[in-house]
Amino acid sequence: MGEKILMKGAEVLGESAIKAGCRLFFGYPITPQNEAPSYMAKRLPEVGGVFVQAESEVAAINMLYGAAASGHRVMTSSSSPGISLMQEGISYIAGAQLPVVLVNVMRGGPGLGNIGPAQGDYFQSVKPGGNGDYHLITLAPMNLQEQIDLIYDAFELADEYRNPAMVLTDGLLGQIMEAVEFHREKDLSSLPAKPWATTGINHRKKNLISSFDLDYDRLEAINHQIQDKYRIVKEKEVRYESYFADDAEVILVAYGTTGRICKAVVDILRSEKYSVGLLRPISLWPFPEKILQQLAQKSTTKGFLVVELSAGQMVEDVKISVNGVKPIHFHGRMGGNVPSPKEIIDIIKTIQWEGK
Amino acid sequence: MEMELLAAGFGGQGVLMIGQLVALSAVDENKFALFFPSYGPAMRGGTANCIVIIGDKPIGSPILNEHEHVIVMNNPSFTKFEPLVKKGGHLYVNSSLVSEKSTRSDIQVHYIDANDLAGKAGANVAANIVMLGSLLKVSHFSAYEIAEKWIQKKFAGKGEKVVKINLSALKAGFEKA
Amino acid sequence: MSPELKQIFKPSPILTPIQRSFCPGCTHGVIHRLVAECLEELQLAEKTVLVIPVGCATLAVDYFELDTIQSAHGRAPAVATGVKRSNPDLFVVTYQGDGDLASIGTAEIVHAANRGEKITTIFVNNGIYGMTGGQMAPTTLIGWKTETSPYGREASREGNPIRISEMLSQLNGPAYIARTAVNSPKAVLGTKRAIKKAFTAQMKGLGFSLVEILSTCPTNWGFSPVQSLKRIDEETIPYYPLGEFKAVEGL
Repeated sequence: MGEKILMKGAEVLGESAIKAGCRLFFGYPITPQNEAPSYMAKRLPEVGGVFVQAESEVAAINMLYGAAASGHRVMTSSSSPGISLMQEGISYIAGAQLPVVLVNVMRGGPGLGNIGPAQGDYFQSVKPGGNGDYHLITLAPMNLQEQIDLIYDAFELADEYRNPAMVLTDGLLGQIMEAVEFHREKDLSSLPAKPWATTGINHRKKNLISSFDLDYDRLEAINHQIQDKYRIVKEKEVRYESYFADDAEVILVAYGTTGRICKAVVDILRSEKYSVGLLRPISLWPFPEKILQQLAQKSTTKGFLVVELSAGQMVEDVKISVNGVKPIHFHGRMGGNVPSPKEIIDIIKTIQWEGK
Repeated sequence: MEMELLAAGFGGQGVLMIGQLVALSAVDENKFALFFPSYGPAMRGGTANCIVIIGDKPIGSPILNEHEHVIVMNNPSFTKFEPLVKKGGHLYVNSSLVSEKSTRSDIQVHYIDANDLAGKAGANVAANIVMLGSLLKVSHFSAYEIAEKWIQKKFAGKGEKVVKINLSALKAGFEKA
Repeated sequence: MSPELKQIFKPSPILTPIQRSFCPGCTHGVIHRLVAECLEELQLAEKTVLVIPVGCATLAVDYFELDTIQSAHGRAPAVATGVKRSNPDLFVVTYQGDGDLASIGTAEIVHAANRGEKITTIFVNNGIYGMTGGQMAPTTLIGWKTETSPYGREASREGNPIRISEMLSQLNGPAYIARTAVNSPKAVLGTKRAIKKAFTAQMKGLGFSLVEILSTCPTNWGFSPVQSLKRIDEETIPYYPLGEFKAVEGL
C-alpha cells in the first residue's frame, strides 16, 4: 500500500473492490472489461473470496441480488450491452433496497456497437434504465487513481443508503494502464452490520427481502420512503471538481474521460490567457445542479460547452440546472471516437460567446 | 519532466512491449505514467500502436494532438505518424524495414537498423528493444539500470538466453542513437 | 389434555398463522405444509433462506416463518446461487412454478443445476400460468385449451410439453431429481419422502436437488377441485411419469 504500481484499468476495478472489502464477484465476459472478471477469478480465491462466471448478465445480476440480500459486499462489472441485460435485476435490487456495486465500462452503441470508448449509457445510469422510480448513485472517475477512490466510496455509499451504486467508466479507462496507489483498505471486521439481511431466521423475527407488495398504499409508502432517502443523497452526496470555473467566461462541463481531456484543454487555454474553466461532475446522480445554477448566475459567465462521448445526454441535466440563464453549447463524439484537446479548443474558439 | 511517446508497428513487432517497459521503468522511479494501447480505427493500415505519457505530476489528457517521441517499426506507421511528431521532437525509424526518409527539418530523425542490430544481438525479434535502447538514450525516460531490470523481469519467463539477447539489444540501440 | 389423548396434528410453526389467498382446491397449500414439515423435522428452519420468484408462488413470501427473498421471474436459481456461494452454511430453497422455471427461467435452472449448486428447488408444475390468468405454459399438455392456446395445444403450432426432470437428470451437477404428485394421501406421503431426500442431498453437500410436484389449477383449468385431482392421474401422469430420475450414491 502507498506504493505506485502500473495497472490496467479493468484490473484496477477488481483490486479496488477487494480493498473495499468485497469478496464476491459474479460476471459474464464482455469486451472491453474482460480483465476485470479474469483478475477476480484469480485474485478472489487468494483472499478467501468467491468468483462465479454466470451463464448470462441476467443471471449475474441476480446472483448479486442473492449475495447482497445475505449481507455481503458484492460487485459485478460489465459493458453497455451487458448492463442493458441487467436492468431488470437492477430495478429489483433498488426496489428491495440492497447495496451492490455495479461497474459499466461503456462502449460504442447502440446495439452491439463496438468496443471503443463511449458515454452513451448516461441516461440508462442516472434516469435510470429499469422499471419504476429509483436511482443509482452514479460516480464517474476520470482516471485510474480516481477510479480506485470511487469504487471504495461506492461500496460505502451503497451500504449507507441501502441502494445500488454504479461506477460509470468507459473503454478508454478500461484499457489504459496507469501508475496508481491504493491508499485505503477496508478492515473486514469494520464492515457495517446488516440486521435486515436474510441469514437464516435464527430465533429472531423473519427478514424479508422484497420489492413486492400487492397493497397500493403500502407500496406507495415504500416508494415515499425511498424518495425520502434520495432527497438525503441529493443533499449530502453531490461531488464535482470545479477547475478554474469560478471566474471563467467559458465553462466546460464534462465527466469521466472527456472531463480529463477538458481539464487539459483548460490548462492549454489558460496558458494562452483564455478565460475558460471546467465543471466536472463526479457524481452524475446526484447531479451537481446547484453549482451549475450558481455558475450560470455569475456575471462573468458567458456560457457553457458540454462535451460528451454521446449524442448529448448529460447536456439535458445541464440545461435543467442552468434553466435558460446562459447559453449552452454541445460537442459530442460517438462510435468509439474520443476528441483530442485540439478538437475541443477549435470548437471553443469557433463559438460566438458574446451572444447573438 | 514530462515525456510523450507513440510507438507503432505491425502486430507482433512488440510495440506494446516498448510502451509497457517505458511505463514500468518510469513508475519504478516513482513517476506518474499512462500507457494507452490503441484499438479500433488506429489498427487499420496494419498498425498497432500505444501511447505512453510519463511525468512528475498526474497525467492529463490521454489523447494528444502530437507526440514528442515517435517510434515507427514499419512503412504504414511511418506514413501515418511521421506528420504527428511534435516540432522539435524525435522520430525513431526502424530503417531495417522502413524504406522511406523523412523530409521534415523541424524534427530530429534517428534511423536505426533495428532488425540487423537485433540479429547481431542474437535474435531479429528483439528489434523493439533496440528501438527502446535508442529512445532511452535520447529521452532518458529512466535510468539505464532500471530499464535493464524491467527487461530482466519481463523476459524472465522465457529463459536466461532470451533475457541476455534483449539486454544486448538494449545496449546496441542505446549506443546507436 | 387428558393422558389418553395424543396430539397427532398441529399447525406448523414454520407456516405463518395468516389466511392464505390461494384459490379453492389449489395444491400449493399442501406443498407448503410438506416443505415446512421437512424443514422442521430436519431442524433446518433457523438457517434456511427461501427464494421465491414470480407467479402464484410469490404469495408465499408471507406464508413461511423463514428468511425470505422475493426474486424476479425465473431468476430464483441465480439468486439462490448468490446466497449459497456467499454463505455456504445457509440452507437455500427455491420455490418455483412451471411458467417461471420451465419458460422464462430455463437458463437459470439449467446452469444452477449444471454447476451443481448446493440448493434445492421445489418445482410446482400444474401445466398452466395461474397468476396471469390461465395462459399456456411450456408444460401445458397437448390438446389442453388455455387463454393462449384456445384451439388446444398442438405440437406443430405450440411445440411439445417440456419434461424438466428428465432433461435436468442428464446433467452431472444434480444429486437428486424426482417427480411426484399431491393428488392423493399416498402421493402426498411420496412427495414428502422426496422433499426430505432432496433436502438431505443439500445437507450432505452432494449437489443440486429438485423435486417436481405435479399440481392442479382448478380455477384456470375450469375443473372442480376433485375433477382436477383426477385429471392428474388421467392426463398429467401419463405424460409426466412419477419417479426418481437421479439419486447419487451417498443419498
